[in-house]
Amino acid sequence: MHLWQEFRQPISISEAIEDLINAPSPVVPIAGGTDLLLEMRQGRHEAANTLIDLTSVPEMNVIEKRGDSLYIGACVPVSQILASTLVNNNAEALIEACDLIAGPQVRNTATLGGNVAHALPAADGTIALAALGASAEIANPDGLRKLPFLELFLGPGKSAIDKTSELIAGFYIPLSHKGQASAFKRIMRPQGVALPILNCAVWLDGDERTVKDIRIAIGPGGPTPFRATVAELLMKNKKLDEELIREAVKKVLEQGSFRTSPRRATSEYRKHVVAGLFSDTFNQAWERSNNS
Amino acid sequence: MISYHQITLKVNGETEVVNVPANMTLLVMLREEMGLTGVKNGCAAGECGACTVLMNGEPVNSCMVLAAECDGAEVITVEGLSHNGQLIKLQEMLIAKGGVQCGFCTPGMLISAFALLKRNPDPSENEIREALVGNLCRCTGYVRIIDAVKASVEK
Ligand SMILES: Cc1cc2nc3c(=O)[nH]c(=O)nc-3n(C[C@H](O)[C@H](O)[C@H](O)COP(=O)(O)OP(=O)(O)OC[C@H]3O[C@@H](n4cnc5c(N)ncnc54)[C@H](O)[C@@H]3O)c2cc1C
Ligand code: FES
Ligand code: FES
Repeated sequence: MHLWQEFRQPISISEAIEDLINAPSPVVPIAGGTDLLLEMRQGRHEAANTLIDLTSVPEMNVIEKRGDSLYIGACVPVSQILASTLVNNNAEALIEACDLIAGPQVRNTATLGGNVAHALPAADGTIALAALGASAEIANPDGLRKLPFLELFLGPGKSAIDKTSELIAGFYIPLSHKGQASAFKRIMRPQGVALPILNCAVWLDGDERTVKDIRIAIGPGGPTPFRATVAELLMKNKKLDEELIREAVKKVLEQGSFRTSPRRATSEYRKHVVAGLFSDTFNQAWERSNNS
Repeated sequence: MISYHQITLKVNGETEVVNVPANMTLLVMLREEMGLTGVKNGCAAGECGACTVLMNGEPVNSCMVLAAECDGAEVITVEGLSHNGQLIKLQEMLIAKGGVQCGFCTPGMLISAFALLKRNPDPSENEIREALVGNLCRCTGYVRIIDAVKASVEK
């Protein structure tokens, strides 16, 4: 496997950015490598001269409270996200998504940063973060900046970060308050195929029978991670009943683009199962919100 | 010209200093530089778990880890489970319960099950299944492997 010549292991964000800019190009960052190494071996990734391993950067390995947000470093392995009480208490959807990513061995190395940076419309961690109202922290030579999560994505496999000078440092998720809860579910074949047939994450703020606020993310529902904003608007500040969910599903189907993908599912199948998947996920989040 | 990295790591309790090229995987290093052929190459794609080793106590797919990343790491392969030719109970039970047929998945299964039992000495059947989802077996149908893990913790 002669796919790259150099390997660097920076130990700070600024050193990583410097390597990204100055190491023999093309330079490609690697975190867990569970996506990247596979793509390179299968010839689906552009050649690299230097790989920079981000997993030794301490700032990218923290999970902590920052103000009214939960911060998760881009390089925290998925298994450590699963073990975090802070994440369990504030982002149920992310826990459920991480718990479904591959098996234990992959979860011990795979990261949320890699899941998001790959910019696929149905990556499980990505869909959970989209519903949780996350923002991304981007590192570049000028320092750090926050970017609303969905602005990260330009198209399938295309992220908005400048690959020659920027990295994802981590993610901010608003802390959860009373009445707020989230859930994540997916439909997939057992084993083998990494991405789901369809996945769905719901975050909501509920009050007795009223949906005060809601965010719905579904993948793949378009070329980038899809937020069902029309259905969200319809449900916001409405009394919950069966009819509201049925109407919301209609809006999801109108707004989303549920295409056929050759090895996963047909468009018809996806459109058929979206109603059940959405209402199951919604109900799970609703139940949690009532008990929170 | 490919760059080389001198790394120091512990493999099955022994400290090793190796010079590895930037693009070598841990799997290749263990098999070809150290002769630890218990680590199997099944898919080289992170799916089958035949290449599972413990890295700093946690199971990882060694086909998806770069050797150059392993400076300072502690690695345990299936060769490191038994001592002085004495199999551990988990290994004995895997044989006794018929959990080994062609044997290709066995080293990875053992490492994953070993990691589970270290963390959780009395796992439920469900916990055993969850710990082994990243290990594929084409022969046994899994039931005997799960029985073996259960039997290994019975008094
Ligand atoms: C067997 C198997 C099963 C899988 N199952 C699932 C699944 O169920 N659901 C799912 O969503 N995914 C799945 N995956 C895909 C993959 O494991 C995840 O997407 C994982 O989170 C990727 O993280 P990583 O750290 O390994 O990324 P890497 O492979 O290290 O990187 C992926 C991409 O992101 C870039 N990158 C990484 N970190 C950064 C950063 N901080 N800033 C900028 N760019 C960065 C890399 O350059 C690369 O292009 C599976 C993979 C395998 C091998
Ligand atoms: S060889 Fe590593 S997972 Fe199959
Ligand atoms: S015994 Fe043959 S693959 Fe498991």
